[in-house]
Amino acid sequence: MNFLQQVVNGLSLGSIYALVALGYTMVYGIVKLINFAHCDIYMIGAYIGFLCLSVLKIGVAWSILIAMVVCTLLGILIEKIAYRPLRNATRIAVLITAIGVSMFLEYGMMYIFSPNVRAYPQITGWLAESYKIRGLTITSQQILIFAITVGLMILLQLSVKKTRVGKAMRAVSLDRDAAELMGINVDSTISFTFAIGSALAGAAGVLVGIYYNSINPLMGALPGLKAFVAAVFGGIGIIPGAMIGGYFIGIVEVFVSGYLDSMYKDAVVFAILILILIIKPAGLLGKNTGEKV
Amino acid sequence: MRKLIKNRNVRIALILLAVFAVVQILDTVGFIDGYIMGIIARVCINIILAVSLNLITGFTGQFSLGHAGFMSIGAYTCAIITLRYPTVLGFIIGVIMGALCAAIIGVLVGLPTLRLRGDYLAIATLGMAEIIRILFLNMEITNGAAGLIGIPQFVNWAWLFFFTVGTIIIITNFINSAHGRASISIREDEIAAESMGIHTTRSKVTAFTIGAFFAGIAGALYASYFFFLKPELFGFAKSIDVLVIVVFGGLGSISGSVVAAVLLELISSMLQSLVALRMIIYAVLLVVIMIFRPQGLMGSKEISGIMFKGVRERVQSKVRSVGKGKGGEA
Repeated sequence: MNFLQQVVNGLSLGSIYALVALGYTMVYGIVKLINFAHCDIYMIGAYIGFLCLSVLKIGVAWSILIAMVVCTLLGILIEKIAYRPLRNATRIAVLITAIGVSMFLEYGMMYIFSPNVRAYPQITGWLAESYKIRGLTITSQQILIFAITVGLMILLQLSVKKTRVGKAMRAVSLDRDAAELMGINVDSTISFTFAIGSALAGAAGVLVGIYYNSINPLMGALPGLKAFVAAVFGGIGIIPGAMIGGYFIGIVEVFVSGYLDSMYKDAVVFAILILILIIKPAGLLGKNTGEKV
Repeated sequence: MRKLIKNRNVRIALILLAVFAVVQILDTVGFIDGYIMGIIARVCINIILAVSLNLITGFTGQFSLGHAGFMSIGAYTCAIITLRYPTVLGFIIGVIMGALCAAIIGVLVGLPTLRLRGDYLAIATLGMAEIIRILFLNMEITNGAAGLIGIPQFVNWAWLFFFTVGTIIIITNFINSAHGRASISIREDEIAAESMGIHTTRSKVTAFTIGAFFAGIAGALYASYFFFLKPELFGFAKSIDVLVIVVFGGLGSISGSVVAAVLLELISSMLQSLVALRMIIYAVLLVVIMIFRPQGLMGSKEISGIMFKGVRERVQSKVRSVGKGKGGEA
């Protein structure tokens, strides 16, 4: 396996992490909550895609779209039922709730779909093809993943920077009380943030299903943690930071399993996390802010 | 003699002795079978874990998600030592070494990471626990993913009781000492504590290390009672289990942790027959408790505090009337 091949594989894996990390970073930026349920929304996205492709037998594009819509609704629902009543509770209480929601989704899916690993249906057509350029193999799935990720990120960046809702999101994440005084509907802005993050996770779920071919109810746990590491790496709350972090973690992971030992790839990711936290706790793009008394 | 019984410490000692004797007699008579003893063992281990995590999270306010990591260090150390020296002495050395190893790792992890605040610390400790788990998964001496089997069983009710009560007494005394007060002040306001001359890093690392030490003991007891270890037992889920006990019982309440450890174990063993639905019910319960009682069962109160509530209220009303008499701003 040559160097460039590893980079290509790393970019596809990193795309997935980046998509999931965006959800973490946006939610953290706005409500200061590590949304542990986020990785399970990603898992549910993968299952929706599985149902669409194998039962409804519709195209990949429609499957991704449907998964995104369902995950959006799920994200809004979770926020409304579990997190909104705790808006003014201590952060640890909200965190425990997030863990509870995560467990509920995982074991709920286990109950419905059984804990067994399921294989995604065989993808046919141009998505099954691969291209060889000077010994470098690029599958069209990798191109699809990369294109969709970059497309969604540009869309997200534009909507956060250019639209009214995006402006409201930035205002709420800066100072919730001040934003409320300025007439911004904080609740609906937070709902919107959860919606966008969940939609991205849903898309990532379907893409990972197509790419790796197997899904199970606990598939979200470890990628979820790593995506959060990616978000912290880039600077939590910062959207381009999550993308950089996602790609970095993806490439590091592929390199460690390619050149060292694949058993240690997770340990290396967490070691990077601890190093980053010690050297630059605000993350790569984050600014160090002093604490006000 | 009357005076002696009125003394609070003596009274607590008598109650503890009675609890110990009752279970011991029931055990000897054969009323308590292996299944019930297993539940008791899990409760005791969970109490040790929860009380030690409560010291870190509830009293010092440092959010740790890596308690299972320390537990696994204690468990593997004790298991490896007792597998070599299967005697009671070997077991005691194993427990002590397990606790010490966990404490040493606690210092090493705590020194750099405890400078971080809140969620960042949580993530760093989580990462640390994952690294420990992956190391155990790949090491020769821990037998990798297959785990260690046939660890000699030395733990019985007497050991469980001794270590559980010992943990509670030591941690309670620590909290009521000057060091403990310093820890609580850090929880309340770190900047204010620092400006009052408290060495915050040292206090935090001390609390973290003591917590790790007792988590190591809990792990050692687990290894010796359940005689089977594998790295998956000490994953993220285990850390969460302990945290849930602490939060459910109330952050900053030792008796809350004890009550919650007992209650949650009872709930989960009652739901044993509904294997598939058990975790779902558990999850829903968690969310519901957090929404309707986010401060946990006990808040930061202790059971003894509730028993003496009447006295305290009388004192407080007296203080208030004195304040009013002075015409102060109260």
